[in-house]
Amino acid sequence: MKLTDISANINEWFDGSGPLADIVISSRIRLARNIAGHKFLSRCSVAEKSEILKKLRDTLMSLELGDKVFYLSVDKTSLLGRHFLVERHLISRHHAFGNGPRGAVIAQREFFTAMINEEDHLRIQVLKGGCQLSQCYEQINRIDDMIEQKVDYAFSPRYGYLTACPTNLGTGIRVSVMLHLPALKMTGQIEKFLNATRDMGLAVRGLFGEGTEAAGDFYQISNQVTLGASESDIISLFENAIIPEIVEYENAARNQLLSKEPEVLDDKISRAMALLRNAHLISSQEALFLLSHLRMGINMREHLGASTPAIEKLSGLSDASRGTDKSETLSISTINRLFMLTQPAHLQLNYGKQLGPERRDALRAEIIRSALNG
Amino acid sequence: MYCQNCQEKEATIHLTEITDGLRTETHLCEQCAQKEGVAVKSQLSINELLSSLLASQPSDDEVFGDSKQNTSCPHCGSTLEQFTKNAVLGCPYDYEVFEKSLLPLIKKAHNGKKTHCGKVPSKTSTGTKKQIELMKLRQELEAAVQNEDYELAAELRDKINQREK
Repeated sequence: MKLTDISANINEWFDGSGPLADIVISSRIRLARNIAGHKFLSRCSVAEKSEILKKLRDTLMSLELGDKVFYLSVDKTSLLGRHFLVERHLISRHHAFGNGPRGAVIAQREFFTAMINEEDHLRIQVLKGGCQLSQCYEQINRIDDMIEQKVDYAFSPRYGYLTACPTNLGTGIRVSVMLHLPALKMTGQIEKFLNATRDMGLAVRGLFGEGTEAAGDFYQISNQVTLGASESDIISLFENAIIPEIVEYENAARNQLLSKEPEVLDDKISRAMALLRNAHLISSQEALFLLSHLRMGINMREHLGASTPAIEKLSGLSDASRGTDKSETLSISTINRLFMLTQPAHLQLNYGKQLGPERRDALRAEIIRSALNG
Repeated sequence: MYCQNCQEKEATIHLTEITDGLRTETHLCEQCAQKEGVAVKSQLSINELLSSLLASQPSDDEVFGDSKQNTSCPHCGSTLEQFTKNAVLGCPYDYEVFEKSLLPLIKKAHNGKKTHCGKVPSKTSTGTKKQIELMKLRQELEAAVQNEDYELAAELRDKINQREK
């Protein structure tokens, strides 16, 4: 399987389906594990790392995961390929640009990835569209049980699963949800929200782009405490407290925009439409920022029944990606597609060669123009 | 409120300075704040957190009054100093070897908690003794390969395979 087999399409968890997907784009659960009888990676020689890699690769490739899986030798993957895997959220930045023998086992439908020799010997993740944390856990727990039948994990009754960094100790679980919060940003409440989540001991990061800067109003929040709380406690905190509250706030902010500042809302959406449909050079930051406003407009129409002049005009754009059937209105999955396919590594991989920033900006603008001009 | 420097972006950093009883307020966006050198880091990096936590504890030297601070893990050879620098431990037994120093940090990172209460592997894992032995054999194997003593290496490899069955 080649990366170009998947790079022309968006992954399943990003197609706009799933519960609450207008605000909660996707749910992810990751478990950190190490094999007993081996040192942690920082003290392993290349030979020992290779031994761990082989053992875990063989184990994972033998599992029945309900989908075709393929193995990638990350240290032998091209730089562009590694950037692509990060953009796709299949592997972490740390894994992509680390060193030593390391690999990834990836399910073809991209709901599952195992990173071998990242910071821990093994990190497995399950990703699903919308708010589906319980379902993610059920699946990853089953996979974890299957692995456990074949390898011994480093585990202590007192400290739980032993991880290279004490911040992952215990359950080794990282629960994350990716959120689209444009209205909280527009109404100036985002800082308040970010501070409140940090006060609850949660980590907040941007979903796209480098570093922690949140591009296009996409945020990822995740737990930091992994010891002394059970997996189900942590998941239930997200499902029953954190997520409903955030969704309520974002919806309240969207309604507030509709009732009190419809001109502000329409201005943002119309400007985004005008730029995206006409620009000939567009950076990935700008594209994310503008597409975010379109995404909000379409979701407000679908979920809140919003019907302002700009939103009507937006949904009246024919969906070029649907071919000859021009009766279809612009869909969320088309917008999501643009988010993903206009990322730098996606652009280059689908174009077939490396491109300088200016060529990328031109190509990106071209893809967006043709998608939005029917 | 717009940034008073660039007048373009939203001001998100608000600085209040009181000099000689005179109060001045500065409102900047993140970028300008960074340029002016007043940006506050929103989150400490994990390394910074770890270093500051370990630094705030009395060192073993102060506690024991001897040179115990150079203790290294008998199983993997790593030291606390290396952990402070890299933020990762050397092997699972570091949690026992450096328990005293790690515990305050573990509690701090996990909201005061220090005992696991989640999933437990259904399969009872290999005994501690056997795991330590495996690590030791692997270390010897590495040394044997380095010294090009392939006979010994093969022997050790067999021993490891036997114990892993």
